[in-house]
Amino acid sequence: MMEIALTDMVFYLFAAVTVASGVLVISARNPVHSVLWLILAFFSAAGLFVLMGAEFLAMLLVVVYVGAVAVLFLFVVMMLDINFTELRQGMLQHLPLGGLIGLVLLGELVALASAWYFGEDVAKNAASPTPAIESASNTEALGQLLYTDYIFIFQTAGLILLVAMIGAIVLTLRDRPGVRRQSIAAQVNRRPEEAFDLVDVETGKGVSLPGKKG
Amino acid sequence: MTVGLGHYLTVAAILFVFGVFGIFLNRKNVIIILMSIELMLLAVNINLVAFSTFQGDMAGQVLAMFVLTVAAAEAAIGLAILVVYFRSRGSIAVEDINQMKG
Repeated sequence: MMEIALTDMVFYLFAAVTVASGVLVISARNPVHSVLWLILAFFSAAGLFVLMGAEFLAMLLVVVYVGAVAVLFLFVVMMLDINFTELRQGMLQHLPLGGLIGLVLLGELVALASAWYFGEDVAKNAASPTPAIESASNTEALGQLLYTDYIFIFQTAGLILLVAMIGAIVLTLRDRPGVRRQSIAAQVNRRPEEAFDLVDVETGKGVSLPGKKG
Repeated sequence: MTVGLGHYLTVAAILFVFGVFGIFLNRKNVIIILMSIELMLLAVNINLVAFSTFQGDMAGQVLAMFVLTVAAAEAAIGLAILVVYFRSRGSIAVEDINQMKG
């Protein structure tokens, strides 16, 4: 009887779910469903990461992708009023070319994978060997690398995120003319003298309003 | 047969090919194209982490983190451009974008 270890079964489960939801991302009729399948793909890929012992990256994948990027996609898909049936027209027209390129790419990857092996002294030449799990957890090991050897790249990554944030704000911010907005400064600067006038009204004469003030 | 490096590389390769395929399949829909790019980057990340684990080298996971950062930035900017484009044209068909020459 063939015996399969539990971790292997979990791997096959996560791998199958990842690939299947990847297929559904590109083939779903409704883009909202596409985003939901994308979330499932990221989630099961995070499971694969946990299996490989990269717990921190797995959590990062869930927090950053499922929590931020996928929700951003969902937000944009739902915000824009797009005629998706129109966009799907002629979809099958590109199917042969896309399928051909996909097959060629897959064949190349298979050819590469079958003719490839680790060099003998590759373990000795590791840039930053993984510490034993007893001495440092995955998160700790990653942090020790990130804040020492890769500190400048790490700060550049932060800069990239800053530029992306400012860029997204600059791109989408717009000033629409003719919109009545509350001006806090004008409200705070209002003084009683300019806000109202005291008028003596004589009996039987009425009052003529002065120019509107304030 | 125990699960090894080859298994993870296979999953990543299949996912990458589906990402490329998705770009051709949904040539008109920019949102799906962006999602396909995310799928391809995810496949790259699986590759990096798999090599990092089976080679005992932490540098791969550090690199995967930077790929994640750039992917997040790319998604944010891409969707922002998409929103601006939709505002000005009322559609997101890719074929129309080449009208913005000059």
